[in-house]
Amino acid sequence: MNYIEPHGHMVSRTTDDYERMALAGCQAICEPAFWAGFDRASADGFYDYFRQITEYEPKRAARFGIKHFSWLCINPKEAEDTKLAEEVIGLIPQFIDKPGVLGIGEIGLNKNSRNELRIFEQHVQLAQDYDQLVLIHTPHLEDKLKGTKLIVDALKSFPKIKPERVIIDHVEEHTIDHVLDQGFWAGITLYPESKCTPNRAIDMLEHRHAERIWMNSACDWGISDPLAVPKTMQAMRQRGWTPEMIQRVSYENPVAFMGQSGKFNL
Amino acid sequence: MDARSKLIDLAAFLDRVQRADQTADFRVQALKNAIALLSLDQPTRAKEVLLSFSDPSVEPIEKATMQGAIGAYRV
Repeated sequence: MNYIEPHGHMVSRTTDDYERMALAGCQAICEPAFWAGFDRASADGFYDYFRQITEYEPKRAARFGIKHFSWLCINPKEAEDTKLAEEVIGLIPQFIDKPGVLGIGEIGLNKNSRNELRIFEQHVQLAQDYDQLVLIHTPHLEDKLKGTKLIVDALKSFPKIKPERVIIDHVEEHTIDHVLDQGFWAGITLYPESKCTPNRAIDMLEHRHAERIWMNSACDWGISDPLAVPKTMQAMRQRGWTPEMIQRVSYENPVAFMGQSGKFNL
Repeated sequence: MDARSKLIDLAAFLDRVQRADQTADFRVQALKNAIALLSLDQPTRAKEVLLSFSDPSVEPIEKATMQGAIGAYRV
């Protein structure tokens, strides 16, 4: 069955992973800009990174018949250095019109600091100015609840940002209702350890009737699984989901959200 | 079987922590508080466990002094 990987950091993955994902039915991969596992020393590093995810990765994916799309930002882990962050934000407009760029992301918060919040708001302003979709990262573990609430509150200060054009990712049982009840889309991340298992993801999807929700692997350089989405689709089959229900979450929902960009063509 | 296995693994972990005399660690205390929530009578246990580990404050902190998360809020 075909599916979309709406959140994968393919710069950290091997070409073998592209092949395995293609064999599993992956039609498109969307790559948000993120933390490289270390802090970059200058905006020049981000310029090269933006070229990598907007020019090089689409070619690598195309070898396996997979479409590749991207999102641009400086991630919240590097936002405490506001001078660097503002320089990187200044680079984004020259990449924003590239054919595979879907919007601004994954922006958000990490430790819920004032500087992170300031840089988050500058990204949202950029999205508003350029009429872009927004993909938001929520903090890890004990910081997620507070960060999710701060993010939702901050978004209310931008009247032109429509909730249906924003996805708040990495939700779990204690944050999903807050996100969906405010009209935003929600992303469920399938991680072997720190985020969500297939069965927990399916529980949440059943609880919320799969409304405005996508699921992703967020595969990166850490402990993660680029096949987490098709493995969860298999778990859905085992729990009695119909093919139509599985297709809605793993394919139609990502198409519905990212199709709003006008560039998400399969 | 899966849940049984995970429960026994958790029990063994707490035994190991106790033998190492680390039960005062705030993360162990947070874990024990969360385990008590498994006895709730509503189908919201996962949510309640996650809430019990969460930072309840509402204001942004002045400055991030680390990049990672620990797993439980230090009261």
